Amino acid sequence: MPSLKDLKIRIASVKATQKITKAMQMVAAAKLRRAQEAAEAARPYSERMGAVLANAAQMVSASEAPALMNGTGRDDSHLLVVCTAERGLCGGFNSSIARLARDHARRLMAEGKTVKIITVGRKGFDALRRDFANQIAERVDLREVRQIAFSNASDIASNVIERFGAGEFDVCTLFYSEFKSVISQVPTARQLIPASAGGEAETAGDAVYEYEPDAADILNVLIPRNIAVQIFRALLENVAGEMGAKMSAMDSATRNAGEMIEKLTLSYNRQRQAQITKELIEIISGAEAL
Amino acid sequence: MADSFKFELVSPERLLVSEDVESVVVPGSDGEMTVMAYHAPVMSTLKPGIVTTTKTGGQTERYVVYGGFADILPDGCTLLAESATTVSEVDPNDVTQRIQNAREDVTDAKDAETKADAEAMLSHLELLEKAISMSR
Repeated sequence: MPSLKDLKIRIASVKATQKITKAMQMVAAAKLRRAQEAAEAARPYSERMGAVLANAAQMVSASEAPALMNGTGRDDSHLLVVCTAERGLCGGFNSSIARLARDHARRLMAEGKTVKIITVGRKGFDALRRDFANQIAERVDLREVRQIAFSNASDIASNVIERFGAGEFDVCTLFYSEFKSVISQVPTARQLIPASAGGEAETAGDAVYEYEPDAADILNVLIPRNIAVQIFRALLENVAGEMGAKMSAMDSATRNAGEMIEKLTLSYNRQRQAQITKELIEIISGAEAL
Repeated sequence: MADSFKFELVSPERLLVSEDVESVVVPGSDGEMTVMAYHAPVMSTLKPGIVTTTKTGGQTERYVVYGGFADILPDGCTLLAESATTVSEVDPNDVTQRIQNAREDVTDAKDAETKADAEAMLSHLELLEKAISMSR
């Protein structure tokens, strides 16, 4: 049975923890709003990009299409780009992305394929380095970045494309967490290379375009750009998802701390009462004995 | 008076402009072109340069873009710019930095083709710098 003093110390420390988690929740809520705005601001670009790409892809016969679109025709070696957050304390956010990537990598390796991994974000690296120490080709650290800019994404994209050009892999898959809502983030795998143009050519795109320089050249520029855009989008969704996850994790942490304080206060009061009763009994029985 | 059409300038970070304009001068990689309403559908890559829009009232607006795509349809024109700002907000250091990078690319170029590309990029950027300093 802890003494009164111990209980008092416990209560004080849980209260301090509660204050911290509460503050973190509020910070996450503010950051979430900003992240959501950024994700929304980026949406028009990626939507238009998808439409333009689908249009241009229709015009180019499969044989002329750049290798980034057709792939190498094999699928022996895979590159996994795993995007996670830089910080923890956000529930199962990072581990669920890492788990998806790990399962994927295990399955590929069981099929006898080569797997290489690029991790974006410290947490993904921490989670995967134990199992795949030899597979991790590179880690990208975005710790110093306050607001993710397009240049961050295009750096990663040009790295990936360079590796593809050097023949290091045949298929590239991007792992990130899709931001559904504040309480729901779905870890997602999306194939980057070979790029699928998606059959989403808009109806207004029936018009016959003229191309300057020509369609194949445009595709050559368009597809690397599209990869960068997809990575950029993934990073933004990740930030929004991380903040959402952190918010709900910190919310339940605050609630748990509140419950704990209640319980501790109850047993503190009970013990105090017991002690008073004990002292009273001592005084009364002492007086009776006289 | 010419008819107006919908013009949009989008950068990866945000939608910069979405408004009705009468004409747009687009720095296409094969040369500048002026787009007006009912233009034939064209898709073109952009070189670094200045986009000038003219609104129905005649007032013009100028933006700096660093490469990207133009998607031109009879009823609208969408520019997907790699990075875009209005001319008045351009950071001169940013331009200088890009020119610096382009110079390095020229010296680092391994084969003739990439060298030619890098040199073209450099000359576009230098022209752009002049145009910006002149418009100030």
